[in-house]
Amino acid sequence: MTRTSSAATPDLFAGPGAPGSSGSRGAGPLLSVQDLHVQFRRRGVEPFDAVDGVSFDVAPGQTVGLVGESGCGKSVTSLAIMRLLAGRTTRVTGRVDFEGTDLLSLSRGEMRDRRGRDLAMIFQDPLSSLNPVVPLGVQVGEVLQRHRGMRRSAALREAADLLDQVGIPDPGRRIKEYAHQLSGGMRQRALIAMALACRPRLLIADEPTTALDVTIQAQILSLLRSLVSDHGTALIMITHDLGVVAGLCDEVNVLYAGRVVERAERHELFERPAHPYTHGLLASIPRLDAAAGERLTPIRGSVSDNIPWTHGCAFAPRCEREIDTCRQRTPELVPHDERRGDHLLRCHNSVPLDQVVAEGLAGPGHVARAGHEAAVLDRAATGPADTAGGTR
Amino acid sequence: MLRYTVRRLLQLVLVLVVLSLLLFLWLRSLPGGPVTAMLGDRSTPDKRAELTSVLGLDQPLMVQYGKFLGRVAHGNFGQSTGVAPGDSAIGVFADRFPATVELAIGALLFALVFGIPLGYLAARRRGGWLDNAGVVTSLLGVAVPVFFLAFLLKYIFAVKLGWLPPSGRQSPDIDATRVTGFFVLDGLLTREWDASWDAVKHLILPSIALGTIPFAVIFRITRSSVLDVQNEDFIRTAEAKGLTNRTIRSRHILRNALLPVVTVTGLQVGALLAGAVLTEKVFAFPGLGEALSIAFTKKDYPVLQVLILASATTFVLVNMLVDLSYAVIDPRIRTS
Ligand SMILES: Nc1ncnc2c1ncn2[C@@H]1O[C@H](COP(=O)(O)OP(=O)(O)OP(=O)(O)O)[C@@H](O)[C@H]1O
Ligand code: SF4
Ligand SMILES: [Mg+2]
Repeated sequence: MTRTSSAATPDLFAGPGAPGSSGSRGAGPLLSVQDLHVQFRRRGVEPFDAVDGVSFDVAPGQTVGLVGESGCGKSVTSLAIMRLLAGRTTRVTGRVDFEGTDLLSLSRGEMRDRRGRDLAMIFQDPLSSLNPVVPLGVQVGEVLQRHRGMRRSAALREAADLLDQVGIPDPGRRIKEYAHQLSGGMRQRALIAMALACRPRLLIADEPTTALDVTIQAQILSLLRSLVSDHGTALIMITHDLGVVAGLCDEVNVLYAGRVVERAERHELFERPAHPYTHGLLASIPRLDAAAGERLTPIRGSVSDNIPWTHGCAFAPRCEREIDTCRQRTPELVPHDERRGDHLLRCHNSVPLDQVVAEGLAGPGHVARAGHEAAVLDRAATGPADTAGGTR
Repeated sequence: MLRYTVRRLLQLVLVLVVLSLLLFLWLRSLPGGPVTAMLGDRSTPDKRAELTSVLGLDQPLMVQYGKFLGRVAHGNFGQSTGVAPGDSAIGVFADRFPATVELAIGALLFALVFGIPLGYLAARRRGGWLDNAGVVTSLLGVAVPVFFLAFLLKYIFAVKLGWLPPSGRQSPDIDATRVTGFFVLDGLLTREWDASWDAVKHLILPSIALGTIPFAVIFRITRSSVLDVQNEDFIRTAEAKGLTNRTIRSRHILRNALLPVVTVTGLQVGALLAGAVLTEKVFAFPGLGEALSIAFTKKDYPVLQVLILASATTFVLVNMLVDLSYAVIDPRIRTS
């Protein structure tokens, strides 16, 4: 995790906590992922479970974070929900209930009807995610033609409106332009316009700001936040950046080696991070209030040091709190303590709260201090969009 | 775009100048020199002396080259000595040019109409039976010599089965009106449908023989290009938008995948003349390729000069067109 990424955190205390945006949890989930498994099987290679029994819910209008290091299965989870994984070499099992229908049981045609209309997705690299030889207006308009039965000309007019709504100046000209003529931030805005064109009830954003400049990151995040709260769209925010989580998410799932290892409401997670892995992620965020010379403490080892979940805790080889049980029994995802039934944890020897407090890690304030420029950036973001970088 | 076109035209002129120099030196290096080249071996000494002074061969080399260029610029290559003795070399070219153009168009149509769709399908069902069959066929297509394939097609479909005519451009019993020299087109212009259809039938087998290598190349390029493009992020975006297979295929995959196909097709056009020599010979098809092989065996140097210059010009022109069309279809080139 880099300093720059945490600096991109927009306004930390407004946003997701605000009434209305956190969605009504009583109404039943919009999306319910249950025991999702994704197995890659290639000839000559051991079958590999990239997602190994992930379950989580997303309420209407709620923003849920999927957090974890590279390779923990965030993208594969989201692609499985969208049914965008290549069929022959992957096996997806479990349930993905969307408004009560299991998406995994739909025919390909039925799923095609829903993608882009009921649930949509944006990706990490805006340049490669856009077709280089098709004008932007056509790329936005084709969603409307497909799902709303609009004529080409009407779709183009609407496309210009949509580009305007995501803060792209001079949309009438931009709809005739191509991806290479836009800046990185503009491209991601255009992709957001495409994704939200049909007002889907769920948007999945897979590290939408990782490929962008720091200042642009903040703008895109605040744009996403205002659009989802205006439209009442639920959002699955995939990121490895806890700063983004702090600024955007209502609830957070921390993933490790294809499984959820900790889940909590945002404030709870930052105030009482209990899993050694979550704790490690927080400790590796750069802090502006850190004494000069004080080192960051990255999590030791790398994702490749995992042991299989069937042999105990996958994180054990990297864990500082490992005890004998950790390599004998696989930890289950259970409520952390009775008083907070929403805080789930998969660990035999969780981090005690007093240690968290002693290390000064408790509370979103820690992340907030790490990204105190955020407020400034956020103000910049609400002003005119990044026109300066408009053409490259 | 305009500056680009002008630059390419200047390049064309440069290529032609260099080529004419090579041609000039080649003619001088022939046994007996250009006089033999133009009069043939069995000419009288008197005539040789006369032509030597007419051609200015007793003058300095630079002057000779200048005169040579002047003749080339006027299309004055002398008279054919072998292909159509007595006719001007340029006239021989003009007579036969439409035949070869028709054949080349037929061959390219065959290559494109089968190469692109099959290449696309093979890539989309990679490892399927169509993919495997296509890859093997395209390997065979490149490996089998053109004349052998031509003989085989002629033997099976013309001689044994009698479905199609074995040779020529038009059946002798058809009395067609000539307008442009392009037989298929002439029939359409004069509404002599049977003449057009007859010309088409004469084109089918030679077109397949000549088009097989371009087909194989286009099939393989399309296949590998589609394989690349279908893994691009923007295809995933298109899928995430729920677009129909049709839109994804035409707008997102093919529009990108065909860019390299355009380049390769241009290169194949250049290579067609080589194949036309063999194809036209087998099918006794009176085009430039046949003229080239006759001119070689009969040492018809005036005709050879025209053909060499013409094929080089075609090659350069076609590649120029390809580059220009590339700029038209790829906005990244057009707008930068
Ligand atoms: N098509 C595939 N075939 C085989 N393995 C795959 C495939 N796609 C992903 N994986 C593997 O699945 C694991 C999870 O990948 P995933 O892309 O979900 O990670 P991620 O959490 O999104 O990481 P990042 O932050 O790098 O995007 C990785 O180990 C990856 O190598
Ligand atoms: S179960 Fe053990 S090894 Fe795994 S995170 Fe908890 S303490 Fe560490
Ligand atoms: Mg990813």
